[in-house]
Amino acid sequence: MADVAGEAAPRGALWIETLRGSSRRRRRESVIRWLFFGAAAFSIVVSLLIVGSLLEGTIDFLSKAPLSTLWNDSGWFPRRDLFDIKTILVGTLLVSFVAILIAGPLGLGAAIYLSEYAGPRARKSLKPILEVLAGIPSVVMGYFALTFISPTVIQTFLPGSPRFNIAAAGIGVGILIIPLMATVAEDALHSVPQSLREASFGLGARKRGTSLRVVLPAAVSGVVAALILALSRAIGETLVVSIAAGATGGSAFSLNVFAPGQTMTAAMTALATGSDQVRGQGAAFSSLFFVGMLLFFMTLSLNLISERFVRRVRRRY
Amino acid sequence: MSDAVAPIAPSRSSVTSEAVRRTLVGKRRGRGEWWFESILLLSLLFGLAVLVTLMVQIFGDGWSVLSDRGTNFLTSNLSSLPERAGVRQGLVGSLMLMGFVVVLAIPTGIAAALYMEEYARDNRVTRFINANIRNLAGVPAIVYGILGLVIFQTRLNGILGDRSLLTGGLTMSILVLPIVIITAAEAIRAVPTGIREAGYGVGATKWEVVRSHVLPYAAPGILTGSILTLSRAIGETAPLIMVGSVTGFLSISPGSFLETLQSQYTALPTIIYTWARRSQVEFGNSTAAAIIVLMVVLLFINAVAILLRNRYDRKW
Repeated sequence: MADVAGEAAPRGALWIETLRGSSRRRRRESVIRWLFFGAAAFSIVVSLLIVGSLLEGTIDFLSKAPLSTLWNDSGWFPRRDLFDIKTILVGTLLVSFVAILIAGPLGLGAAIYLSEYAGPRARKSLKPILEVLAGIPSVVMGYFALTFISPTVIQTFLPGSPRFNIAAAGIGVGILIIPLMATVAEDALHSVPQSLREASFGLGARKRGTSLRVVLPAAVSGVVAALILALSRAIGETLVVSIAAGATGGSAFSLNVFAPGQTMTAAMTALATGSDQVRGQGAAFSSLFFVGMLLFFMTLSLNLISERFVRRVRRRY
Repeated sequence: MSDAVAPIAPSRSSVTSEAVRRTLVGKRRGRGEWWFESILLLSLLFGLAVLVTLMVQIFGDGWSVLSDRGTNFLTSNLSSLPERAGVRQGLVGSLMLMGFVVVLAIPTGIAAALYMEEYARDNRVTRFINANIRNLAGVPAIVYGILGLVIFQTRLNGILGDRSLLTGGLTMSILVLPIVIITAAEAIRAVPTGIREAGYGVGATKWEVVRSHVLPYAAPGILTGSILTLSRAIGETAPLIMVGSVTGFLSISPGSFLETLQSQYTALPTIIYTWARRSQVEFGNSTAAAIIVLMVVLLFINAVAILLRNRYDRKW
């Protein structure tokens, strides 16, 4: 291109090539652009790898496992080839239910306070509570659930309950998801236009009535989104459950919240570690992938539903 | 509070005017109002109460170990005897995992965020990548562990080594990648368009604008986000359990650096997990002591993040 410009060009003539800049500069631009695109596209590769890894093991499992045991009352004992998915599914739902029972009201209360009542200074000093709470590693919360929530809270109210129980794990998970619940719900409450509050005050309503009857209904989609997101997080939470709920190798079907139980995530860690490590052979090890697949699709669909609700709030205001 | 309001008709204080006054002034803050606000505040303070209890509990259990053994706890290796077991291997392993995140996840994440915010046009491909990143951020950590188990631990076993640091580091980097992308994209989005236009105005190319304008202005936000990502990575346990750091131990082999990366390792949170499941009481105290070490590392990382945020925070 340089020779084009140099070839008997009249002095002062403006060539298109001159305006484009040097070719080296342009090549560098396109190389960088493709590099950055590669980094962004890598996220799709990651998704494909996740689905691929899960799929391979799942197919292997379904070809080996006795399909009749997937849904009966035999319990979840992978080593004995008893794969009653219902057992760990119910375990997961029980833990999540307890967690939502804790995080739902507390998170929503915190969100209403931060959005409707707290002034800028109070917000600045209270918000870090949620941030620190969100930063607690789940393994630490697992230890806390086992050494404090179970003996001091659960066993005080219900003497005689076992040390490992679903309720203690559920409370631990609930505490961990309070910050998520609170921040997402607060975002929703915050996006309700000020004019709605003013109209309510103008009609003589007080703060409580305005918050509960005007702001909350207006932001209800966002609050539902927060609940669903918190549920999805609770389902995927692993460490608290596998430390505090008594994740041994297997578990019989049980609906008792104050008894040991096993969730999908805890069953997965049990399959991958220690006492119940069953690498390589039989259907037991590949059941890990089947449970993982189920977990992946449960959380994915919950996340997608929650996103839908969030978008609905955004569209309205 | 309502008593402070002056009566409307002080001269003629009849029953009627008193009733009118009451209705108009009302109780500005009834009992219900007060209760409602208190309950809301309490639900926020519940979190604080949990934090305090957690700290008291963990320090109560673990402080004796740390005060008795001092740095010995930090420099000892794993052992089946609780009075001799230390967290050195876990500490080193966790720091090396953080190294992987710094070297792999953070640059890749920033590059992806730059593409999404600066380069990508609003078309279907972009929207798809965007939705995909947000979904990846919501995938449970243990599922990333399965990815690591299948791809890195099983398929690439020969190259990466069995249950090796490389396996754990790569898994952890992939796990935090979506978080890095999302936080970096937020920081980049916060840079005003005018700054970019100034760059284009003097003839800079896209990359020149990004390098000389966008990145420096977004740096504090990206830095804070990256550091918070590190604190997430250091506490994450589930994926490490899946790729086999529990049975592992760190052997600082005399061999090359690559051999160290290919050999087994363990991390601080996995040590906590393993110890918490032991039944001996003494291990309970060691668990709490290891948690204190983990919390101190976390506190340090977060303090750096907060300092940087306050130092470089910019108002537009």
